[in-house]
Amino acid sequence: MNKVYNNADEAISDIESGMTLMLGGFGLCGLPENCIAALVKKGVNNLTCISNNAGVDDFGIGLMLQKRQVKKMIASYVGENAEFERQLLSGELEVELVPQGTLATRCMAAGYGMPAFFTPAGVGTEVAAGKEVREFDGKKYLLEHAFKADFAIVKAWKGDTHGNLIYKETARNFNPVMAMAGNITIAEVEHLVPAGELEPDMIHTPGIYVHRIFQGKQYEKRIEQRTTRKRN
Amino acid sequence: MALTKEQIAQRIAKELQDGYYVNLGIGIPTLVANYIPEGIEVVLQSENGLLGIGPFPFEGEEDADLINAGKQTVTTVKGSAFFDSALSFGMIRAGKVNLTVLGAMELSDRGDIASWKIPGKMVKGMGGAMDLVASAKNIIVAMQHTNKAGESKLLKECTLPITGLACVKKVVTELGFFNITENGFELVEIAPDITVEEVKAKTEGRLTISQNLKKMIL
Repeated sequence: MNKVYNNADEAISDIESGMTLMLGGFGLCGLPENCIAALVKKGVNNLTCISNNAGVDDFGIGLMLQKRQVKKMIASYVGENAEFERQLLSGELEVELVPQGTLATRCMAAGYGMPAFFTPAGVGTEVAAGKEVREFDGKKYLLEHAFKADFAIVKAWKGDTHGNLIYKETARNFNPVMAMAGNITIAEVEHLVPAGELEPDMIHTPGIYVHRIFQGKQYEKRIEQRTTRKRN
Repeated sequence: MALTKEQIAQRIAKELQDGYYVNLGIGIPTLVANYIPEGIEVVLQSENGLLGIGPFPFEGEEDADLINAGKQTVTTVKGSAFFDSALSFGMIRAGKVNLTVLGAMELSDRGDIASWKIPGKMVKGMGGAMDLVASAKNIIVAMQHTNKAGESKLLKECTLPITGLACVKKVVTELGFFNITENGFELVEIAPDITVEEVKAKTEGRLTISQNLKKMIL
């Protein structure tokens, strides 16, 4: 078994234009920064990106938007990104907005081997257009389908050479469910250790879901809203 | 005096009960955390994967890996727990969250809420709002009664794209506290120095006045 890659460039080398990618993170928290930089450098385009947000103008998926690498964005919240809004309003970018819980569960369903599920989110709204509605115990639910993605790209705090992952704090967010959902899953981690060094009880994502892993470098971990209080 | 945003939050905080798990939306709802009554313990849920949101960190102690759903740096409290986004919405969908407080652009007198899109003007997305309103049993909306042009935002029918149908049961605006019943908005508490006539004039949707109408005490 060898899942370990040297760096992001090697881990993403076979990602091609036109593919569908899942990218972990919530806002700028828990983003696979190294892989995003490598995708920008590689210059692949016509990508469909599934991610909760679209980054900000100069960070996260915003960097790929600047280079017009994204054909379609599937997300729940896309504010705080002027370039995104410009491309959307000018028709250069296709966008599918998905309720956040539905987005997460569509990833989870893929990782659980379930093709579809029912959720009440979006009943009676634009989101329901064209979807089957079924009633259970007097309440209406929409049929939503599992995502399919060529690659899932996630960020974890610690990982081992078998691909077992541990996330830190709220940087966990979408990363575990996306890790489960890719045809090929790439994990970048802050600390890569030999198999056996992580406590089995503490693993969040079992390595069976992770095909490639590398230790990232120079994490910027940008803060979107720096809020603090004063010491008394 | 019409209520300030802080006072709206303060009034909503009085609805909190010991042991509640609470999801607070962005904007006025977030302020509710500042007015949790003494002597009760509530746990704040952040849909990006945190139960037990603490106060903002001290300057210099911000942690990029620890944010709330508004992307603000926060801290944990004793008893906090982290989890992934699917589990987060699992607990929301399963009705485990006792109270959801969120903002709105428009509300109908049947409890429909519009909060995520202004066609042609604003395309930000619904985030977790559709999931929250579809499943929460106890939703309080915190909002301004009128828009900048002075037009009512408590309507017969929402004009903006809907976030959820017939889901809101209570709303607090700068003018008062309203239940949403089969007869529309029911004014149950009125803000200090606001008249019933003013509330009537500023409410486009069906409005009734509670027989037990009270002056709001903060």
